[in-house]
Amino acid sequence: MKFSKRTLFGFVGATVLAAAPIQAFAQDWEPRKPIDFVIMAGAGGGADQIARFIQAVAEQQDLTTRPLVPNNKGGGSGAEALIHVNTASDPDHTILVTLNSFFTTPLRQENLGIDIQTFTPVAMMGVDPFVLWVHKDSGITTFEEYVAKVQEMDGEFVMGGTGAGQEDSIVIAYMSGAYDLDIKYIPYDGGGAVAKDLAGQQIMATVNNPAEAKGFYEAGDFVPLLAFSDERMPAYPDVPTIKEMGHDFSYYNQRAVVGAPGMSDEAAAYYQDLFTTIYESDEWQGYLTSESLSPLWMDADAQRDYWALQVENHQNLLAALGE
Amino acid sequence: MDVLLLLADGMLVSLQPLNLMMIIIGVTLGLFIGAMPGLGSVNGVAILLPVTFLVPPSSAIIFLAAIYYGAMYGGAVSSITLGIPGASTAVATTFDGRPLAKQGRASLALVTAALASFVGGTVANILFTLFAPLLASVALSFGPPEVFALMLLAFATFVGLGGDDIPKTIFSICFGLVLGAIGFDQISGAPRLVLFDYNGFLQGIGFLVLAIGVYGIGEMLWTIDQTRGDVTATTPQMTIKGMAADTKEAARRGWKGTAIGSFLGFFVGILPAAGATPGSLMAYGVAKMVSRNPEEFGKGAVGGVAAPEAANNSASTGSMLPMLTLGIPGSPTTAILLGGMVIWGLVPGPRLFVDEQQFVWGLIGSFYISNLAAVLINLAFIPVFIWMLRMPFTILAPVIFVLSITGGYAATRDMFDIWLMVGFGIGAFFMRKFDYPLAPAVLAIVLGPIAEPTLRQSLLLSSGDPSIFFTRPVAGPITVVALILIFLPALKFLRRRPAKGKRPAS
Amino acid sequence: MRVGELITAGFLALLSLYLMWKSTELPIGYISGTGPGGGAWPFWLSAIMLICCACTAFNWWRGTTPASKSDEPVLDSHGWKSLIFVGGGIVGFVALVSIISMYGAVAVFLFYYLWFLGRHGLVLSVTISLVFPIALFFFFEGAMQITMPSGLPFTDPVFDVLYDIIY
Repeated sequence: MKFSKRTLFGFVGATVLAAAPIQAFAQDWEPRKPIDFVIMAGAGGGADQIARFIQAVAEQQDLTTRPLVPNNKGGGSGAEALIHVNTASDPDHTILVTLNSFFTTPLRQENLGIDIQTFTPVAMMGVDPFVLWVHKDSGITTFEEYVAKVQEMDGEFVMGGTGAGQEDSIVIAYMSGAYDLDIKYIPYDGGGAVAKDLAGQQIMATVNNPAEAKGFYEAGDFVPLLAFSDERMPAYPDVPTIKEMGHDFSYYNQRAVVGAPGMSDEAAAYYQDLFTTIYESDEWQGYLTSESLSPLWMDADAQRDYWALQVENHQNLLAALGE
Repeated sequence: MDVLLLLADGMLVSLQPLNLMMIIIGVTLGLFIGAMPGLGSVNGVAILLPVTFLVPPSSAIIFLAAIYYGAMYGGAVSSITLGIPGASTAVATTFDGRPLAKQGRASLALVTAALASFVGGTVANILFTLFAPLLASVALSFGPPEVFALMLLAFATFVGLGGDDIPKTIFSICFGLVLGAIGFDQISGAPRLVLFDYNGFLQGIGFLVLAIGVYGIGEMLWTIDQTRGDVTATTPQMTIKGMAADTKEAARRGWKGTAIGSFLGFFVGILPAAGATPGSLMAYGVAKMVSRNPEEFGKGAVGGVAAPEAANNSASTGSMLPMLTLGIPGSPTTAILLGGMVIWGLVPGPRLFVDEQQFVWGLIGSFYISNLAAVLINLAFIPVFIWMLRMPFTILAPVIFVLSITGGYAATRDMFDIWLMVGFGIGAFFMRKFDYPLAPAVLAIVLGPIAEPTLRQSLLLSSGDPSIFFTRPVAGPITVVALILIFLPALKFLRRRPAKGKRPAS
Repeated sequence: MRVGELITAGFLALLSLYLMWKSTELPIGYISGTGPGGGAWPFWLSAIMLICCACTAFNWWRGTTPASKSDEPVLDSHGWKSLIFVGGGIVGFVALVSIISMYGAVAVFLFYYLWFLGRHGLVLSVTISLVFPIALFFFFEGAMQITMPSGLPFTDPVFDVLYDIIY
């Protein structure tokens, strides 16, 4: 399997930020009622925090004539949200904050009848990298020590995550395959709960987004061992990437906004314009830096191509997982 | 002493005219939001979060704390006056609050709830001030086996909570647990119990759908049928004197329950996975166990209102602890507050108490003041709530139905859930007729989704060996106590039997 | 009541059986090394439910429950009437939501209940059924920012005006 930056993010040059399109659509469409701002995760998760941050920026700068109303629909790995948006009675006022379950859930649940290509691309707000963490009391300081420890414990090494088929389990499955690791995987109901149980040493290691582990890292409780990003992360310059280890793999969680299927072109243009403004705001750029998200700006067509590519990649990844 | 200085500073900031006004508006708003079935502090905090970017962060925190406290007090109001628990934390309040209201003593119940909430909140704030960092490490020591043991303890309090008909009570508990299992299996990630293969069931059945169905529709239909639609409210006029008498009675008969609830609620509340619902339930159970007249419970015992109310308020304050010290939200409301803190540029987590002392103690200082303001404003509004009860039943009933349906929709935003609610309501009406107690089902749907994953996570940890619940230092004792409590009634029953058999022999 | 209790228990027993059958889609046994399978929790709890229904039937046969000793009908004529009028009213209310919007349905339901069931005066009924939904609108949409269903598209002009007022 090959998952290089070229295939994963093949459409995006290094100067994504500079290339962010400055759209100049005529503002002839405006929302007439509150915008149903559906979130593909429960309250408190990474996607939820981002959605509320976006809402706050929109509110603060008075960007919309009608408010964005956050609506958490996290049930069934996002299936709840996808069904809700897919059958929205008013697609012009329904938008969705997505994560990678946008790709995986329709693949794993074919009976939902969701075709993500019918959704309307709006904005790619950034991608969230993954990092392998251990507790400082474990004594492990490098990835090599980690691999040695897991092999020595022979199936008794416990890792936590957010469940089979979820983003972190895909990363762990790849890592286990590449290094011949036998890991005991405990599923939790959210990234926060995973981080807490690593802090309490109920589990021995996790693969988490930096945002979820940051507090513990700064307190010195967590030690990052390996990043699953394309390049070393600015916030963790000493942490090697799995690419440097000779495995052509990287994995990110997308933080994108999409519109409901059947959204009119005028409405889509309005939202693309709106989220461009939010994306370019100092607040959002500051958030990207502080929460270690990578920018990955794309226009609507590039997003559709990106979706197709992600669906294909996830099909392979899930197949490798035995799903 | 730095801490006390900072705390005093926080309180003084709360008392500035602008901030005091924020507190009064916030508490009043929160009180009414909390009193609506289906809405709770999470709604209040969520809608006002964006507003808080317009005012300085210190005022913003104060405003949010005020709404949080107001809504916690408000939860008891709908439990007592309408008989609909607006949040899972207030279910236990209906057990005795509703009978009291039916006896025409709604004011006593409301006064008790307000005072108990105040004491619970204050005790929690003091414990928080003194021991926050220490308690954070206690919270961390609770892994899946410990949380499961705690859930077992909460289930133990179910014993004696239902009616006299044991098979029907057990049926109700299991029914709630199975309903809670609908949706997705967290461990394998596979869809589970998607009834009739209808996609709507994929999202599971929420607590509010069942609770509003059972209490807002089922119980109401039952009342209309029982009373032949002719409910005569026996609510006495509210007077200052009457309220003073109620206060005295609440203090005299409710202090024990309040004390139990305040401490128990706090310790359960600080555990991120558990939260206020098991806390209030366990407080109710313990208050009943230690009471001199346990037979009064369920029929309008003041202690039965005081214990859960003190506990849920105390636990809600306690649930701030994992959020502030670990960055782990213990409830949806704290999750949204957490998001707010990120936006304000604060990093919740172990460093917060060291790096952002002014913020932390300012927040806790505003808790003290908000709690005080909440009890005063709540007491002032009691006559309004009582007045509501004095409406003719033919006006009150449709208003309750409307509030149930609209509140239910506000909470779930899904018409399928509303249909389910109506279905549960009509089902509950018939089950109620045949003496099936339904409160156990309503609580089980909250506890089940905590208990089952922790049970299975624990067994994954131990490679399938159930002894993990007995050998871990914290989980072991809790499990043993829970099992003793669960099997105590059975043991008593068995001991009585041989005694009966022996008598003729001797 | 006597027959009713048995029918209820029988119905709940069937429900338990259905839930048990549905649970078997996932493994219900104890998988060695990992603990119970995904279907085990609901399966065995449903099994307990079934046993409880059997116990209820046994108690009914022994005549130890209050309902099994009662000869009263489950619902007398008044009971049936109130169930059909009130319960039916609620069902109608919910059905109307997706046609004439939540607030429209609230108004119709309130008027139906107050005027037809409650026998209140026309003025009072109309006043409450108009004022209450409007108050709810400002509470939910204005203050709480929760959007309620607005029914079929023909209600849009009304909502456009209302939204212009609050935003």
